[in-house]
Amino acid sequence: MADVLATERAALKETGGITDGSIAVGVRPSTPRSPADVRPERLRSADPDAFVLPTGREEEWRFTPIDRVRPLLDAAPSAAHLSVDSEVPPGAELLELPAGSVDVPLPVDRLAALALARAGDALVVRVPKGAELDAPVVLRLTGTGTGEVVWGHVVLDIAEQARATVVLEHAGSAHYAACVSVLIGDGAQLQLVQVQDWAPDTLHVAHVASRLGRDARLLSTQVSLGGDLVRITETVDFDGPGGDVELRGVSFADGGQHLEHRLLVDHSAPHCRSRVTYKSALQGDEAHTVWVGDVLIRAAAEGTDTYELNRNLLLTPEARADSVPNLEIETGEIAGAGHASATGRFDDEQLFYLRARGIPADDARRMVVRGFFAEVIESLGVPALEERLMALIEDELGRAFA
Amino acid sequence: MTVPTAGATLEIRDLHVSVETDGADKEILTGVDLTIRPGETHAIMGPNGSGKSTLAYAVAGHPKYTVTAGTVTLDGEDVLAMSIDERARAGLFLAMQYPVEVPGVSVSNFLRSAATAIRGEAPKLRLWVKEQKEAMSRLEMDPGFSERSVNEGFSGGEKKRHEILQLELLRPKVAILDETDSGLDVDALRVVSEGVNRVRAGGTTGVVLITHYTRILNYISPDFVHVFVKGRIAESGGPELADELEAHGYAKYGVDALTPAGGRGLPTSPVLPGVVAPA
Repeated sequence: MADVLATERAALKETGGITDGSIAVGVRPSTPRSPADVRPERLRSADPDAFVLPTGREEEWRFTPIDRVRPLLDAAPSAAHLSVDSEVPPGAELLELPAGSVDVPLPVDRLAALALARAGDALVVRVPKGAELDAPVVLRLTGTGTGEVVWGHVVLDIAEQARATVVLEHAGSAHYAACVSVLIGDGAQLQLVQVQDWAPDTLHVAHVASRLGRDARLLSTQVSLGGDLVRITETVDFDGPGGDVELRGVSFADGGQHLEHRLLVDHSAPHCRSRVTYKSALQGDEAHTVWVGDVLIRAAAEGTDTYELNRNLLLTPEARADSVPNLEIETGEIAGAGHASATGRFDDEQLFYLRARGIPADDARRMVVRGFFAEVIESLGVPALEERLMALIEDELGRAFA
Repeated sequence: MTVPTAGATLEIRDLHVSVETDGADKEILTGVDLTIRPGETHAIMGPNGSGKSTLAYAVAGHPKYTVTAGTVTLDGEDVLAMSIDERARAGLFLAMQYPVEVPGVSVSNFLRSAATAIRGEAPKLRLWVKEQKEAMSRLEMDPGFSERSVNEGFSGGEKKRHEILQLELLRPKVAILDETDSGLDVDALRVVSEGVNRVRAGGTTGVVLITHYTRILNYISPDFVHVFVKGRIAESGGPELADELEAHGYAKYGVDALTPAGGRGLPTSPVLPGVVAPA
């Protein structure tokens, strides 16, 4: 295994521009050596008070402008809701179920715990055992204002051997804190696409918590384009062996926007596979993206195969992309593990090549950015959705190169 | 199917070009004079490191190279005042030795964007699809090729065919082919050369073939041969000059040509300018 890692490290050096990151290999002692060994984001609890009130100094909040999430952290319970518009194909059902009636993965931070505690009834998409949906389930959640904080809980319950695509689209103005609980039964497959196409005044902090049964498969794509501040934490827990997860993401941050994606893939079961591919483009003053990719391979997770990749493209010099891959390995018996992170500006050679064929500079830049995102978007396999997402990205590009 | 192209004359006068390395400017081209008239084919031959590729990239406008003196004109228009894409739209084309990967941009999208830019309007889709398909088939390229990302994962031969495909579709006034023959097996060299010859047969495109070896000249016969040494043209002549290089290498030009000009399959070695050939 040492050889595997050596190769990865060499590959990392070639990519250049690593912001931060680590690969830690070793057997974790049964009791922590010191408090610092307990990574704060590994704490999971349904009790909001189990988490300290963030100040911005905590590891899991250090990239987040804490003043801007204050309206959520300080908010009182409310009964405000996002408006829900849905397309539910035959074979799936949309329900509202009382809090606590579904066993969901535990929250990862204070806001997620508050959301779970305060959301009231959960919005539940249920796909029964063995059902194979012909069309995607689409939930359009639209905010109607930032007056009151909306606490939300969405559950995607994909029973064993079922197959489904779920599209969760966010738009409008809101201060929204949410938990999205994703339960994928044994042998089931879910493609989840979550789109953040918010108005410029929106705050959106969410925990997307997935739990995969034996041989279950999740393909998740996060598309973050709009909003003042978006902070999505995705966690993946494996309940049995053979799970397969691909987490993809695309962000396009304009001036002043903060788009943050934090991932924790917890390989606790053997023979699971995870792939992470997150890409962001940034343009304008104070455009900020954050990507934190934590992968933990526990001692029991023999045969794990994991790789994570983060690429950031700075279109203007004043933008900032933070990228922190972390890989922690507690067993030597893995199939493969690695990560790569690179943040860069336009590749001059690519632009030269396109322009040397007569393509004007701005068109060439557009083609490069479109291509950069197309690699993620065009692998969704849902043509209408791919088209719509590329159209949203075209809008962003239109603004970027206006 | 052939897009009629009026020819144009490329004139390079006393061209000096520097490149910045380790913070210091290094002069690579030391006064190049060259005139390419419509329909003419010029071979520029020289040892590695003599500045042949620098000439190609400087004319195309690569930002790495700084023109410190001299002029480049295309039918009297000042090429050096044009941006990279303006030069291409004016009719210059550079087939690169190392074409660049552009992930996520398909060959078909790229080709159509380039054709739209060069022709000044988007080609009609139906006609364009046919035109592209036929051009690809002449270059013995698989139709599935057009859905791949530009140059990504292409073999050496595929990259060069793709360059010549662009040459055929874009029909430039002057095409500079930078070591298009390098790394090609005999079959690929034949296919690529036939593509170049189809463009030459139009009678108006000026072609500059930059090469280290005489091998490609067996397929594309030049009207003029220039020997490029130490950043300028050391000697010009007809096709017979290539035969002379094939027989004697570059030794008489005061460089240690470790590989003879015609050395098929021999490894190329870097040659330091100014090193005197051993007796």
